[in-house]
Amino acid sequence: MFTWRVLKRPFVLLRTEVLVLPSRVAVLAFVVGILALPLFTKDPYLLRVVALTSIFAIFAASWDFLSGYSGQVNLGHALFFGAGAYGSSLLQHHLGWSPWITAPIGAVVAGGVGFVAGIPCLRLRGSYLSLATLAFPLILVGLLFALPDLSGGELGISGIEPLVRSRVGFYYLAAIVMLVSVFAMWLVGDSNTGLLLHAIREDEVAARASGIDTQRYKMLAFVLSAFFAGLAGALYAHMLRVAGPSTLETAFSFQAVIWGVFGGVATIYGPVIGVFLLYPATELLGGVPWVGEHRLLVFALVVLLVLRFVPEGVSPWLRDKIEVVCRRCKARNVFARKDCRVCAAGLK
Amino acid sequence: MLASILVTGLVNGGVYALLALGFSLVFGVARIVNIAHGAFYMLAAYLIYVLLDVVGVGVAVAVPAAVLGTVLLGLLSYWIAIEPIREHEGAVLITTIALTLVFQEVLLGFFGGHFLANPSWVDGTFPLLGVDVTYQQLFTLVVVAVVLGGTWAVLERTRLGIAIRATANDRVTANLVGMNVRRVEMATLAVSAGLAGIAGAVVAPLRVVDPLMWQAPLVTILAVVVVGGLGSLKGSILGAFLIGYVEAATVFLVPSGSFIKGAVALTVMVTVLLVRPEGLFGVAFEEER
Repeated sequence: MFTWRVLKRPFVLLRTEVLVLPSRVAVLAFVVGILALPLFTKDPYLLRVVALTSIFAIFAASWDFLSGYSGQVNLGHALFFGAGAYGSSLLQHHLGWSPWITAPIGAVVAGGVGFVAGIPCLRLRGSYLSLATLAFPLILVGLLFALPDLSGGELGISGIEPLVRSRVGFYYLAAIVMLVSVFAMWLVGDSNTGLLLHAIREDEVAARASGIDTQRYKMLAFVLSAFFAGLAGALYAHMLRVAGPSTLETAFSFQAVIWGVFGGVATIYGPVIGVFLLYPATELLGGVPWVGEHRLLVFALVVLLVLRFVPEGVSPWLRDKIEVVCRRCKARNVFARKDCRVCAAGLK
Repeated sequence: MLASILVTGLVNGGVYALLALGFSLVFGVARIVNIAHGAFYMLAAYLIYVLLDVVGVGVAVAVPAAVLGTVLLGLLSYWIAIEPIREHEGAVLITTIALTLVFQEVLLGFFGGHFLANPSWVDGTFPLLGVDVTYQQLFTLVVVAVVLGGTWAVLERTRLGIAIRATANDRVTANLVGMNVRRVEMATLAVSAGLAGIAGAVVAPLRVVDPLMWQAPLVTILAVVVVGGLGSLKGSILGAFLIGYVEAATVFLVPSGSFIKGAVALTVMVTVLLVRPEGLFGVAFEEER
């Protein structure tokens, strides 16, 4: 009897906690869909696009962790991506270490870069911070160009060892790393720490007055965000087998901002949705005549149009459409319910 | 060498000053970090190219027409894309990025990605301290000086200028004493786009025109306004010449300096920020709540 109950528990949880809310069903469907995709298709192009999308999803979510949560809007997030890519590639290329060792080191290096970049940023706020962060990746590019023997200059470092040789293998690596890191960021964002970051964004003076060491938390946001962005960068370098200055481009930093704001900031899942909507679309539209040649234009117009009508981002807007918050106990409910599933208060 | 640095720094610094002043005005009055500012500069340069080389009108017609066209396009994009979502800061930021991409891609579609060269308007050079200064550069300097002086006079002496400065200083109070803050914002945007337009127009015959030309000056003017202090007009102008000279010195003194001039300028910016987080002339204003 007892074991039966233990076995039944996941299903009870699924029924009572997951299936009651459309957003949770969507997350479950997303996870299952990502993991099951290679069972249905072996198309190398599609798997490659989804693997890249996963990598960019880590990148966009890490931008959101820094910019959305702690309000330090980073316009040079590519710095961390590039630091991870270059960190891992340089070690792999010059020392010949296994990429399984260098990729995590690359992420740690990016975290260190985040610490260094965070030091001046602790003194800045608002637009000053955004404009200063915009400069950091370009300074790193200048540094790399000044040391062409080490960094390969404009061409970057090519011929890096891949992490996994098979396509499906790499797909799973990227997908699982993405799911784990996004979930980890979401957990931190949903924890007490995340709450403090929200408080710092909304009113830093009040947060400090309440006894929060705001400097420490802002730095924590920088380092954690940089770590995950660096992880994405290392995966990217080992997937394409090249780490070049394009990973540090201003346009790429802007990409993170576009994905994040499009999906909805300060949510973690929002930027992931933004990436999964925008990146495969722009990539797959490449085959369509006219649109393929002008996909950047189409991309920009779509972003402009969507934001014109949904300026808060796609995912918060969608979530508010399909779910209502109970006014009494603040629990979320399906929009179709008449009374709250937790406290039975009327929802209308 | 020294004379080359002096002349190049002066010309580039002047162009940066025009751009940074416009960017700073919009930031001060409307609190918009306008990434599309570089795109307005690019649009004006392309308009000059079209008017002079394709349509074939004279310089005296082309420059005012290009500036006017830039102002209209700037106001139009503000009305269509930015005004309706002013409440959402993040959305405004990426709207200006997306606008830039739209302009870039449209120009790419019409003119292709290659460099387009404009002939000089005034030919000839004259020697100064051992270097040949083109009359075109001198012309640019004169235009920059006149426009900067004119903008200064407008801001200091006219009712519009007072309204712009008052709104930048304290939006709520400006509104309370009866200024139409929305109209002031519009006017500021027009002035800003016009300044970017003039900068683009005078740069067109000095450099080549291409659809990515908005990137390099954008990063530089961001550095300029941060060094000078966001929203400070004096700071923007002095910062522009500082960065202009730093870049010129890097190009002439360091081997392969043109590759790293951006990085050097940005390092100067970070250094200034470390010493004075609000920039050289910025006011350390209390946090806006």
